[in-house]
Amino acid sequence: MLEGKDLACVRGERALFSHLNFTLHGGELLLVQGANGSGKTSLLRMVCGLLAPEFGEILWQGEKIAAVRESYHAGMAYFGHAPAVKEDLSAFENLDFSCRLAGIPVDHEEVKGALGHLGLGHCLNLPAKSLSQGQRRRVALSRLLLVKARLWILDEPLTALDQAALQLVQSLIGEHLRRGGMALLTTHQPVMIPGITPKILDLSA
Amino acid sequence: MTSRFNLYKYSSPATFYALAGKMIPWFYGAAALLGAVGLYISFFLAPTDFQQSEAYRIIFIHVPASWMSMFIYVVMAGWAAFGLAFNTRLSFMMASALAPTGAMLTFVSLWTGALWGKPTWGAWWVWDARLTSELILFFLYLGFMALQAAIDDPRRADRAGALIALVGVVNVPIIYFSVRWWNTLHQGASVSMTKAPSMATIMLEGMMVMALAVWMYAIAASLSRVRSIILERERNTQWVAQLLETEV
Amino acid sequence: MNAAQTVFILLRRELMLAMRRRGDVLTVLFFFVIVASLFPLGVGPDPKLLRLMGGGVVWVAALLAAMLSLGRMFAGDYADGTLEQLVLTPTPPVVWITGKILAHWLVSGVPLILMAPVLGVQFGLSGDALAVLVFSLLLGTPVLSLIGAIGAALTLGLRGGGVLVSLLVLPLYIPVLIFGAGAVDGAMSELGSEAHLSLLGGILILAFMLTPWAVSAALRISIE
Repeated sequence: MLEGKDLACVRGERALFSHLNFTLHGGELLLVQGANGSGKTSLLRMVCGLLAPEFGEILWQGEKIAAVRESYHAGMAYFGHAPAVKEDLSAFENLDFSCRLAGIPVDHEEVKGALGHLGLGHCLNLPAKSLSQGQRRRVALSRLLLVKARLWILDEPLTALDQAALQLVQSLIGEHLRRGGMALLTTHQPVMIPGITPKILDLSA
Repeated sequence: MTSRFNLYKYSSPATFYALAGKMIPWFYGAAALLGAVGLYISFFLAPTDFQQSEAYRIIFIHVPASWMSMFIYVVMAGWAAFGLAFNTRLSFMMASALAPTGAMLTFVSLWTGALWGKPTWGAWWVWDARLTSELILFFLYLGFMALQAAIDDPRRADRAGALIALVGVVNVPIIYFSVRWWNTLHQGASVSMTKAPSMATIMLEGMMVMALAVWMYAIAASLSRVRSIILERERNTQWVAQLLETEV
Repeated sequence: MNAAQTVFILLRRELMLAMRRRGDVLTVLFFFVIVASLFPLGVGPDPKLLRLMGGGVVWVAALLAAMLSLGRMFAGDYADGTLEQLVLTPTPPVVWITGKILAHWLVSGVPLILMAPVLGVQFGLSGDALAVLVFSLLLGTPVLSLIGAIGAALTLGLRGGGVLVSLLVLPLYIPVLIFGAGAVDGAMSELGSEAHLSLLGGILILAFMLTPWAVSAALRISIE
């Protein structure tokens, strides 16, 4: 279970939000909403442990995330604004290295399979710089298939994707939730996942 | 719980702002008084040196400035470490407030060193171990201030500055040792200011009084700088708004 | 997964990236050569003077070249999000930071060491002095990468980061310069260079033990 308690965030001199509470159990989806600049990305980075909250604490299975950093990060996958895709490496190499660096042993077939699942089967060996923006984001999203994370933290996963990929990513999230996973995401698009009613966390309120 | 509350009370910028305001005039006063006495001793009571004649009197300013410039760097790093360890904003502000005073004193030390060097060594600048170390210390101060100036986010500026101050203070002994080593190898017996003929008691007294004066000045100057930093950082808070209302 | 494996995977990735961007590596190397070659043009071709200066000049050029390459250490990973992902791996940051620094040294330090004898010959250094020059660089250039990493991490994403990093890092490089160049000088006089090299080795050990922690703290500050 993931819990945020009485969180406050200050960036520069602006207080973005305060007294923010949420809980997230297995199988639940939490949608973070709010206008531009309301602190959605900051909240997600805070939940990841990249940003220290000005006030309050974040608990993973009842423990502060800083205290259980290794197991927390082993059970979490973050998809940020920057897709963490190296332009000079091919799609295959990108996924392969990022999994291995995260400590997940993967073999060639698994990597190919994951990329194929996201519709990149035909450009496995092209350097990422020749891929489109949407394709790069798919490379980054394909990590989610291989890292066995219980918690997905996705910052705008649906931008720059075509209709087919939109459907695909939403169904991936759906499957993840049905397996008992948790997801925290921000998006400006409507999210339609059959059988799931997302919890809403509105930062503008 | 109570002890934590106390700590917060004393390290609260609002409390400290008022406290510093009361202390500053005293420190400036002490600095002026001690400075006057010290300069009188240095320029009128201390005898003329038989080797260096009157020119040696510059060490009454040079030596205290050098001492203080080094000491301030260590104090600055101390505040930085305290800030990183306990996350107290005031300690970071103290560190930033000390840097310009430290850099200024380093500069005074270099400048007076050059003034002293010309009649004594016949050159404005000599790559003496102490002067060279002082020059490097000046660079360290500049680096600290440049880094803080380049960062817009105050939280990051505080922490990044604190870290570089700590890295600097760990390196200072290594740098000092290496420069001395380099100097002795390249110059044989080097001319050094401490090797000046043994000082008369009155000279030592003059120097001590001057050192105290510089000390008082440094405290006063950094306290008044920390007050402006507090005002700038806290300008959106209620207590600053109230303060401005009462003062206008 | 153990630390050695992580470092190894990271090294493979960094070297692969460097191979695909050979231009960047060569630019630093040419910079090193050009800076060293400017000195004879500046001070005149007197062989005695040049021999006296050689060790110091090559070392100063190495310092500048190492500093120039610092921008590459974390900036690319910071811009494309890789750095965040590295921070979020379960591996302790000190481990992969050590890997990054090692990779940086292999890519930008080692070529300097290989090129240094050629420059030394330009300055008329003797065989002994050349050997000591290479050995002192072998001990000293990793320190440049280690200390430089702190500056690189602190200046991530700042405007004017390149100039700023030089202001932060160059003063800290001074002991390495003194002992490195001193070793070469010692080899040419009866003093010998053992003491210098031992001190340089001591600095290397100290830097290797301490800097990854400082870099870890610096990255945490800069990523926030």
